[in-house]
Amino acid sequence: MADFAGAFLQSLGLIFGGDAELWAIVAISLKVSLTAVAFACLIGMPIGAWIAVGRFRGRRGLIVAVNALMGLPPVVVGLVVYLMLSNSGPLGVLQLLYTPSAMILAQFILVTPIVAALTRQVVETLNDEYADQLRSLGVSRLRSVPALLWDGRFALTTAVLAGFGRAIAEVGAVMIVGGNINHVTRVMTTTIALETSKGNLSLALALGTILILMAFTVNAAVALLDSASRRVIHV
Amino acid sequence: MSNLKCRRAPLLGAAAFFAVVSPVFALDSFIVVQSTTSTQNSGLLDSILPGFTAETEIEVRIVAVGTGQAIKNAQNGDGDVLLVHAKAAEEAFVAKGWGVERHDVMYNDFVIVGPPADPAGIAGMSDAVAALRKIADANAIYASRGDDSGTHKAELRLWAEAGVDLAAASGGWYRETGSGMGATLNAGIGMGAYILTDRATWISFGNKADHQISVEEDPKLFNQYGVILVNPEKHPNVNADAGQIFIDWLTGNAGQAAIADYKIDGQQLFFPNAR
Repeated sequence: MADFAGAFLQSLGLIFGGDAELWAIVAISLKVSLTAVAFACLIGMPIGAWIAVGRFRGRRGLIVAVNALMGLPPVVVGLVVYLMLSNSGPLGVLQLLYTPSAMILAQFILVTPIVAALTRQVVETLNDEYADQLRSLGVSRLRSVPALLWDGRFALTTAVLAGFGRAIAEVGAVMIVGGNINHVTRVMTTTIALETSKGNLSLALALGTILILMAFTVNAAVALLDSASRRVIHV
Repeated sequence: MSNLKCRRAPLLGAAAFFAVVSPVFALDSFIVVQSTTSTQNSGLLDSILPGFTAETEIEVRIVAVGTGQAIKNAQNGDGDVLLVHAKAAEEAFVAKGWGVERHDVMYNDFVIVGPPADPAGIAGMSDAVAALRKIADANAIYASRGDDSGTHKAELRLWAEAGVDLAAASGGWYRETGSGMGATLNAGIGMGAYILTDRATWISFGNKADHQISVEEDPKLFNQYGVILVNPEKHPNVNADAGQIFIDWLTGNAGQAAIADYKIDGQQLFFPNAR
């Protein structure tokens, strides 16, 4: 399989050759996915924690629903967001279709259930451990949410990274709502799809290698931050 | 009062979301062109558009999908200009008021490419309808776009003329990929199939393997491209001024010359024919 070796060398050439076009695409990918994940955490973590500590009717059903939504098909999310943002759709006035904002919105929808479901799991475990203690201190269930989230912050990085992995790797949604427009909404995954359809398989594979390296870099960065902050706490 | 606040909260949240997200990506003067995979995969648009943008300072954003989807998107108002290749569908688009006026831009032709073993024995033929009939008789594998694109529509016209029952063959020797030209070529070459493709995509395609052109130079394989301004009366958001400037450029001397100048390996891919 000369293809693989060739593609790997080509990807190294692209990375170290300082291809401006490539770095622009990498930048758009990161901007879109990181923004989407940030919003997803902002919304998904409190929701997940609230489900974890709450005692209300329909909680079981809600947990099942959020878990199921982790499997939202990107292409369906893309289609729904397209229909919403289309000029014939209810949100057409916002003029967001074929912009990075539309891609952020689509990925936000995909990632939020993942963050919420994983947060729910983490916080529920912590809550089982600390619930009696918190109640004895007079902290209400809702009030205990920030404390539990803070206490579970290291475990929650997994939720963030799972969300990021989903966002950076999906192509179905961003292709439809972004339109794969050069220099505007073209990201790594849509570039790979485009080069594949041009028959430039080794270039597509090289770009795939870079995408995987990007995922490694982000994960490594988070792991480093994680261990650094643990050290600070234990001093 | 507090009840009212609670109800507004999600709305405020949504507003905050867009307020934060939107201004980051401020936009200059641009148009969105709904176009086809053949114009993008062949590299034509990447080649000619920088000249237009330099001349007019209008950025052209290409959304490359099949002709069917491009027309649907334009009908939804999600584009300023439509640049596709299915004349009947384009004329219907204008007749229904979705587009202002249709102009010829350029043409090229379709070819049927096939595996070197040539199981249907059609290599060198110049009668596309007869060739398709032979493919059907031989039950030779054929890969179709199957995506309501301009190329797919052209293919279906030829099959209808050949009198082949595709419904019976679907899933057997007749395989519909439901994807763009390049993806269909990749799949078809992988399974040793015959494929109808536009010549521009074929010349620029990087994964031909051993496939060769089997059938060409039938007048029925003529492939005309047209350009239409989306009707601003239907969709007030259409950037009609910039869109018209683009159409005038594309059908004028500068654009037509740029199209003629685009060559791969010395071969001209598209032939300008705007009147």
